[in-house]
Amino acid sequence: MATIDYSTTFLFGRLNLSAIPQEPIVWATFAVVAVIGIAVLAALTRYRLWGYLWHEWFTSVDHKKIGIMYMVLALIMLLRGFADAVMMRLQSVLAFGGSEGYLNAHHYDQIFTAHGVIMIFFVAMPFVTGLMNYLVPLQIGARDVSFPFLNNFSFWMTVGGAVIVMASLFIGEFAQTGWLAFPPLSGIGYSPWVGVDYYIWGLQVAGVGTTLSGINLLVTIIKMRAPGMTYMRLPVFTWTALCTNVLIVASFPVLTVTLVLLTLDRYLGTSFFTNDLGGNSMLYINLIWIWGHPEVYILILPLFGVFSEVTATFSGKRLFGYTSMVYATVCITVLSYLVWLHHFFTMGSGASVNAFFGITTMIISVPTGAKLFNWLFTMYRGRIRFELPMMWTVAFMLTFTVGGMTGVLLAVPPADFVLHNSLFLVAHFHNVIIGGVLFGLFAAINYWWPKAFGFKLDVFWGKVSFWLWVVGFWFAFMPLYILGLMGVTRRLRVFDDPDLWIWFALSGLGVLMVAGGIGAMLVQFGVSIWKREELTDHSGDPWDGRTLEWATSSPPPAYNFAFTPVVHGLDAWTDMKRDGQTRPRAPHLPIHMPKNTGTGVILSALATICGFALVWYIWWLAALSFLGIIVVAIAHSFNYDRDYHIPVDEVDRTEAARDRQLAATKA
Amino acid sequence: MTTMTTAQDPIQHWDTEPHHHAEGASTNIGFWIYLMSDCLMFAVLFAVFGVLGQSFAAGPGPKALFDLELVALNTAFLLLSSITFGFAMLAMFAGNKRGTLGWLAVTLLFGLAFLMVEIYEFYHLIHLGAGPQRSAFLSSFFALVGTHGLHVGFGSIWLVTLMVQISRKGLIPANMRRMTCLSMFWHFLDVIWIGVFTFVYLLGMI
Repeated sequence: MATIDYSTTFLFGRLNLSAIPQEPIVWATFAVVAVIGIAVLAALTRYRLWGYLWHEWFTSVDHKKIGIMYMVLALIMLLRGFADAVMMRLQSVLAFGGSEGYLNAHHYDQIFTAHGVIMIFFVAMPFVTGLMNYLVPLQIGARDVSFPFLNNFSFWMTVGGAVIVMASLFIGEFAQTGWLAFPPLSGIGYSPWVGVDYYIWGLQVAGVGTTLSGINLLVTIIKMRAPGMTYMRLPVFTWTALCTNVLIVASFPVLTVTLVLLTLDRYLGTSFFTNDLGGNSMLYINLIWIWGHPEVYILILPLFGVFSEVTATFSGKRLFGYTSMVYATVCITVLSYLVWLHHFFTMGSGASVNAFFGITTMIISVPTGAKLFNWLFTMYRGRIRFELPMMWTVAFMLTFTVGGMTGVLLAVPPADFVLHNSLFLVAHFHNVIIGGVLFGLFAAINYWWPKAFGFKLDVFWGKVSFWLWVVGFWFAFMPLYILGLMGVTRRLRVFDDPDLWIWFALSGLGVLMVAGGIGAMLVQFGVSIWKREELTDHSGDPWDGRTLEWATSSPPPAYNFAFTPVVHGLDAWTDMKRDGQTRPRAPHLPIHMPKNTGTGVILSALATICGFALVWYIWWLAALSFLGIIVVAIAHSFNYDRDYHIPVDEVDRTEAARDRQLAATKA
Repeated sequence: MTTMTTAQDPIQHWDTEPHHHAEGASTNIGFWIYLMSDCLMFAVLFAVFGVLGQSFAAGPGPKALFDLELVALNTAFLLLSSITFGFAMLAMFAGNKRGTLGWLAVTLLFGLAFLMVEIYEFYHLIHLGAGPQRSAFLSSFFALVGTHGLHVGFGSIWLVTLMVQISRKGLIPANMRRMTCLSMFWHFLDVIWIGVFTFVYLLGMI
């Protein structure tokens, strides 16, 4: 890497020509991104889509559109995060026998940091948030979330965070600290340039969005349920969403404060986590894991909900042990706060403390195991249909169980002293995150895609993607377990022992298969859109679903339901179908809905600029954009005219179209 | 009810009558949950102060730095501002716009007085060489007390905004809802301050 010019100017802070990365790989990436970006912008302009995007999507407060935008963001960021993964695996195949590989240390360290940060914060989180956004109001029979504007704002803050992180690829550098930026390495002394600052401001901007969306969805579930939908009649996915949002609201503030304190250390020279003047870096590690462990349950719980919905639907049975499923979810929610120390048994807090956290960790496997048995018993004697969502669910059960067992192994403190920070750990958490979160998301995408777009996904390419992903995953990560047991630690760039090579090569092969799986999935989306006429589903209920989202058309109208559903038990839609009450008849009424607004986009753009300015010490711009945020927020509060009524004739037209669709299905 | 029904089954699965969700029905609980998340931020800052509060790094400690009488005065300002906000709420419920605005103005004055004293205290400490960079104790002290002060500052900006909105639009439901939220926020800051006063100042002087 070239030498960095640390001098600052008033106008540009510490931003100068040395911020251009001296890496041919980055230049090539930039060229590709620029070409694609210009092509997309040109196409949008050519086909005059800007107005459409702005009015129908960017400023939309419709929870369904916001949910889809979250998913699109996550998919784009998945490609970036996966590119990082491929680069790491390629490096570890090449860097043997005295070879340095093709990545220098500065570059490699940024890649493993960016991979973790992007995959957790900008892939898994937006996927999960998008899914909850789309489904929760539909499942509880509501017309939108409690605070629709806040929802739009939250989404754009997440985008703002992603933009800041992506900017670091081409302007300056990203953190070289690992995804949680432990001090003192992330302190100003060891990370003097902009990498950690990009990390901090990217996460802070996105974190505002995450916290607010957590509050929003939590209140939505508490206040907006359809009449009769008591807590013990909530669809399981909504239950898991409820617990997830409790976790978000009760853990993200911890991350926010922890990062603020790190910021103060870096920007103002305070001593929270420094080695001198009384600072304590282990305090940071405790605090960040007090957020970090609930975070992994924030990611997995909603997918447990997905698997529950999918298993019940495709087994043609009511979910086995609904009540125990709910209690298991709540147990996990509570226990997730009592295990954070297992991430650093090696801190040396003594046998009794380690034993406590080891035991609480093992206890979590009990409710998780109960869930697994519930799914198995739901399948038992069911009429199982092995459609794509069900295939992903079975793959999850097999894969996740292995990941869970290695997790229990790691929970034994003496074993952890050997395996801490080894590739065994890396294999473990990829095993649960890919096998649990990603497989669950793919099940969810295949399951609810027809609801969101009105046509099913192509099965052939779905199966290609499925097998490449699942086999690829096992090839990519089982070798890492073995390497970990052999004592290879994570984040290593070069290797001396030639015996290790074959395992890295096998792992690399697995990553190639996963690449094929991602490619096949994109082809699946493309082919399905191309063939959407023949894949069309007019019924709105292609899988014989059980919950309320299947009671409306696909895609649902802006107002979701023309009339309010009344719930009498679990699986409300199954009951409606049984009683022949799928389509109520009554004169329509004007429907009260929130208005679209561009304020969320403006606020988050200002926040992104502010974050970028703070990274580069451009103080005037930071102050100006922060002032802008306050002014725009206050101006927005002077707008009292925030809602409108969908007129009766529009509702009539929409519902008449729906009647024609249903008639076509029956014919 | 005019839903499609079968003769055998009297259960209705749809409500076809007009429905009116009270506008802003979720706002209070939403804001309450936000406050709890904010409370968690303070909890972390208290925990950090608990861990680092004795790490003086051979620098000055609480007894050398704190002026309890000044802080007691400050506490009085803030507690009084909570009472006056309560009066503003009572005036609002009585439909008394002038009274509401008057009590809000008094609340603002107490809030600003609190901020002035706090800024003076910070300035004084930094002047003594006991700024946030001096030791982990002082870092955590400034972070905790400063975050509370920032909240009071933003609360004051909100208060002014709301006064303008009430004077323009009157005590309409939207403004009353905002009053309720700001009132929760203001009292919440009081509760936090009682924690700060006890754990940071009083216990520090023992």
